[in-house]
Amino acid sequence: MLEFLGRILGTSDGSKNKAKERLRLVLVHDRASLSPGLIESLKEELIQVISKYMDIDETGLEVNLDESDDSVALVANIPVKNVKRNAAKKD
Amino acid sequence: MGKVIVVTSGKGGVGKTTTTANLGTGLAELGRKVCLVDADIGLRNLDVVLGLENRIVYDLLDVVEGNCRVRQALIKDKQFGDGLVLLPAAQTREKDAVKPEQMRELMTQLKKDYDYVIVDSPAGIEHGFKNAIAGADMAVVVTTPEVSAVRDADRIVGLLEAAELYDPKLIINRLRPDMVRKGDMMDIEDIDDILAIPILGVIPDDESIIVSTNKGEPVVTDKRSRSGQAYRNIVRRLEGEDIPLMDFQEHGVVQWFRKFIGVGGSR
Repeated sequence: MLEFLGRILGTSDGSKNKAKERLRLVLVHDRASLSPGLIESLKEELIQVISKYMDIDETGLEVNLDESDDSVALVANIPVKNVKRNAAKKD
Repeated sequence: MGKVIVVTSGKGGVGKTTTTANLGTGLAELGRKVCLVDADIGLRNLDVVLGLENRIVYDLLDVVEGNCRVRQALIKDKQFGDGLVLLPAAQTREKDAVKPEQMRELMTQLKKDYDYVIVDSPAGIEHGFKNAIAGADMAVVVTTPEVSAVRDADRIVGLLEAAELYDPKLIINRLRPDMVRKGDMMDIEDIDDILAIPILGVIPDDESIIVSTNKGEPVVTDKRSRSGQAYRNIVRRLEGEDIPLMDFQEHGVVQWFRKFIGVGGSR
């Protein structure tokens, strides 16, 4: 009964939230793939920043968007060769 | 010098042609000189929506290929005469029959004689789209409040930007206030949130659009219909007026009852 009342009064949680959530996820992918340069330039800047602190294997660097059930994550796999001794020092 | 507006969408069937016809007719009603161009080559439709299908002699392709002069191909509207003309699409050719440079040149020419040139573009992102947006000063993206249509609209926004046609405006078509209230349809805010482009207008889903299309008379001239009012609002916004979006909330008993028992709507 309450659910019925909620429905006619527009207070129940309808399907639009589901629509919005799905749309949000799909657009993360669409927008990323729309500009192939985006991931590339992200990689380059990542290398710059991380190289300040560690020696990394630039050729083995992988950056991807990873999608699980209800979220999208940026996953970076960066092989480290050596950690710099004076990494904490500001330059 | 007039302004070229291209009406686009990613997904087909969201109401581009109806929107083009109504914006054009609405602007003509305000006394502006308007030329409508059907760039959906192979799938000519704007003529039917305007009720001008029996008057076509030459088409867009005849013009760009030099078979006739522009003036000869333009069809005068039944109601507005010289104030509203249509350049129909070729029905028997491929989408890429017109080159972007040819389109650009034609737009430059039409802009001299008309206050508004409104181009109805084909759906999708192939050649036809690139031709249709060539020479445009402004883009209008039409979507419905569905996941697939909004997704495709987002892609079109990206492609328009890539083509250096910046600052597109959004028209949300076929909104159903009853479903929005129940929480079963994305509302204006939701779509605004996701696409983040300025909203030019919102058209409620309305049977009178089907009736007017049956008759070949754009709904914008129907003073009693809600969708007609929504189109008239858009037209005035194009003219630079500051008109608030239509209020789709219900009035009367239901709203009173909702207030009475103290539950807010889902708006």
